[in-house]
Amino acid sequence: MINGTKINIEDLNLYIGKKHILKDINVKIPEKKLTVILGPSGCGKTTLLKSLNRLTDLYPEVKTQGKIFNGTDDILHPNTEITELRKKMGLLAQSPYPLPMSIYDNITYGLRISGRRKKRYLNKRVEYYLRQVSLWEEVKDRLKDPASALSIGQQQRLCLARGLSVDPEIILADEPTSALDPVSSREIEELFLKLKQRYTIVMVTHILRQARRVADYVIFMYLGEIIEHGTAEQIFEHPQNPITKSYIKGTYS
Amino acid sequence: MKRKFKINRQVLRKSEEIFYRVLMILSTSIIIIALLAIIISILVKGIPSLSWSMISQTPKGGYYFGKEGGILNAIIGSLYLSFGATMLALVFSLPLALYMNIHKMKQKNVVNVIRFFLDLLWGIPSIVYGAFGFTIMVYFGLRTSLLAGIITVTLFIIPIMVRSMDEVLKTVPKGLLESAFSLGSTRSETAFRVMLRQCIPGMITAILLAFGRAIGDAAAVLFTAGYTDYIPNSLSQPTATLPLSVFFQLSSPIPEVQSRAYASAVVLTAIVLIISIASRGFSSRYQKNRIK
Amino acid sequence: MKSLLVPSFKIRRNLRDKSSSFWMKCCYYLVLSMPFILLTGLLIKSSLLFGEKTFSELIFSSEWKPLSGKFGFLPFILSSLWITFISIAIAAPVCLLTAIYLTQYAKRFVLKVMHPVIDILAGIPSVIYGVWGIIIIVPFVSKVASWFNIHSSGYSILAGSVVLSVMVIPFVLNILIEVYRSIPIELSEASLSLGATKWETIKKVLTRKAFPGIISSFGLGISRAFGETIAVLMVVGNVVQIPKGIFQAGYPLPALIANNYGEMLSIPMYDSALMLAALILFIVVTFFNLGSRYLIMHYEKKV
Repeated sequence: MINGTKINIEDLNLYIGKKHILKDINVKIPEKKLTVILGPSGCGKTTLLKSLNRLTDLYPEVKTQGKIFNGTDDILHPNTEITELRKKMGLLAQSPYPLPMSIYDNITYGLRISGRRKKRYLNKRVEYYLRQVSLWEEVKDRLKDPASALSIGQQQRLCLARGLSVDPEIILADEPTSALDPVSSREIEELFLKLKQRYTIVMVTHILRQARRVADYVIFMYLGEIIEHGTAEQIFEHPQNPITKSYIKGTYS
Repeated sequence: MKRKFKINRQVLRKSEEIFYRVLMILSTSIIIIALLAIIISILVKGIPSLSWSMISQTPKGGYYFGKEGGILNAIIGSLYLSFGATMLALVFSLPLALYMNIHKMKQKNVVNVIRFFLDLLWGIPSIVYGAFGFTIMVYFGLRTSLLAGIITVTLFIIPIMVRSMDEVLKTVPKGLLESAFSLGSTRSETAFRVMLRQCIPGMITAILLAFGRAIGDAAAVLFTAGYTDYIPNSLSQPTATLPLSVFFQLSSPIPEVQSRAYASAVVLTAIVLIISIASRGFSSRYQKNRIK
Repeated sequence: MKSLLVPSFKIRRNLRDKSSSFWMKCCYYLVLSMPFILLTGLLIKSSLLFGEKTFSELIFSSEWKPLSGKFGFLPFILSSLWITFISIAIAAPVCLLTAIYLTQYAKRFVLKVMHPVIDILAGIPSVIYGVWGIIIIVPFVSKVASWFNIHSSGYSILAGSVVLSVMVIPFVLNILIEVYRSIPIELSEASLSLGATKWETIKKVLTRKAFPGIISSFGLGISRAFGETIAVLMVVGNVVQIPKGIFQAGYPLPALIANNYGEMLSIPMYDSALMLAALILFIVVTFFNLGSRYLIMHYEKKV
């Protein structure tokens, strides 16, 4: 069922100060599938996600060991060209953080930074990506408005479009629906189901039902370790580990 | 061709970042250098003429022509004045800070209005307070005195003190207050028994900060406290203050007097540094003991 | 016995609560009325002058002869403006760059050094800044002037501005650090994920987000600098003239008040004129102060 591997994590250990946050992570993330990192809060899901595109560099106390391969490139290697690496991964945060500029500029930001400046090209791209997240019809008349004027649900879709704008291979989503109302959450989930045809998606969540709805592959984490990982069917129907079992049954407290 | 262009762009992006980082480090160093320059230049000029008699005697006859004496009058005067003003300001500041954070806890608008007025008052230059104090003094037929100085300085440190206390009290978790109320304590009991106990180190920091401001300010006392060679022994007598003693001695044409101005500056700097270090000590202890 | 004790205890508790609440209210009204008392006092005192002169006569005339009743404030106002704006022009880039460095790049030990440095700079009395200005800045300015073939004693607008800029640095810097700290880290993460470098993120996203805060911090810096008295007075030269260059002596408003308080009762209208100077200070400072705060509040509401 699972064919290609997109990201290969080998012996990843991560410390914040003296705290051991991620312990011996070894896992392969399949290509063009939706992988869900599941687990109770505070188990290191978000940290794992952020080490995939080295946003952990922002925190000076963080130390990482191990290897993360995207194809043949080691992401954690100090000589890796970090901006190029990050461009291959779109990020969707817990709640929407539109850049402090217009809707239009939010989408073109990444393009301009990588040197694309032609007006016609930019206009086309803006429309394309806004259509991808079904936002175009709602905002096409007010592209110059500040992005903060949109509703929260719209902002999150804008952030997704912004992430897509640099043509990534992977989408990293950190509990992307936790700030949204049920309708907007559903919209994001449906978008993900559509987008996984073309992108590898890694999504962190602690909502079990959401994981059931969207996951192809599940990584279950507990206290900084991967307890179990496998296809959605394996994990949800035949969990092996007792902790996974009780969490899936909803008896975990 | 295109590839080459791309590499150049990367180099450009990187070098811009490096350029600005160098600028940043430079400006950070400028600030450190400025502080060092201030302290070192004052020490170099002041230490040679600093002596025990400088800080243990009042000016003797002919002091301002370079004869014997010291600046004890100014040291004691400044301490009297700042201590008096700090105490007087405390009488107004502490209740107000508690009022904002307990009685009006739920009325955000009232608290914001008070904060707004305090910020406004904090912004007013001390010379304006000085001029105002002088006008009031003249109106009531008072003369320059320790009391007039204390009142003027009090007016000008109240906003500083209340705002710093407010910052400390703000950090007390609301749950602590609510649990105190639910145990049946009155508001003032909550204020004085729960809040203050929780915040004492932070409060001391706020008081020391205000004291430091009071002792360093010259413009407010220039009009109101006067200047004298004697140590005041009542509130109605004028008093010398350290900042003014530096200022006056420095404007003298006689080199001996000028070098004493530098020595006085060393004394003033030392006092202010001690206060600053002490308040750092309190605030770091406060960080440790606070319930989060 | 017990039931008798309880009520009296209760009454005393209530009384204590009432009386302390009463005193708190008094303090509250005192603070609320203070700005108006100050303003009224200054207005009443300076209004005497308005009885005889028009507003523009006072503000736009450069003739200052108290003995013959001529009070033209132009030289003082211009000196104050020059000194304030030059000092902010020096302090602003230094503060901005340092704030960015300290919040985005600096290692922990740099922060550990800089916190006390900023605190101490903020706590040094203004007369000490003045002494430093006389020892170091004034001779230096005189030397710089000689490079341009200008003869200057060094006691000048420039010297005042340099001293003043160092004085407002801790004030502005603290606000800016606060401004940059309050930006959520997710915003940086979003920009970095799009392939921006750290500097591009700072320049195009963070500084944009911080922009109203940055402008406010400069505004507050101006309001702080405009009223600074003793340090500036000690190095600025105090010559009544319309300043024509930064190496010339100036005579800012606060120095005017501070230098003449002694004689102001002996010359008719002189005290009114000085109170008018204080009033101008009050109004300008409050204007910049409130304007900057309004900007922050207004912007925060929008976001």
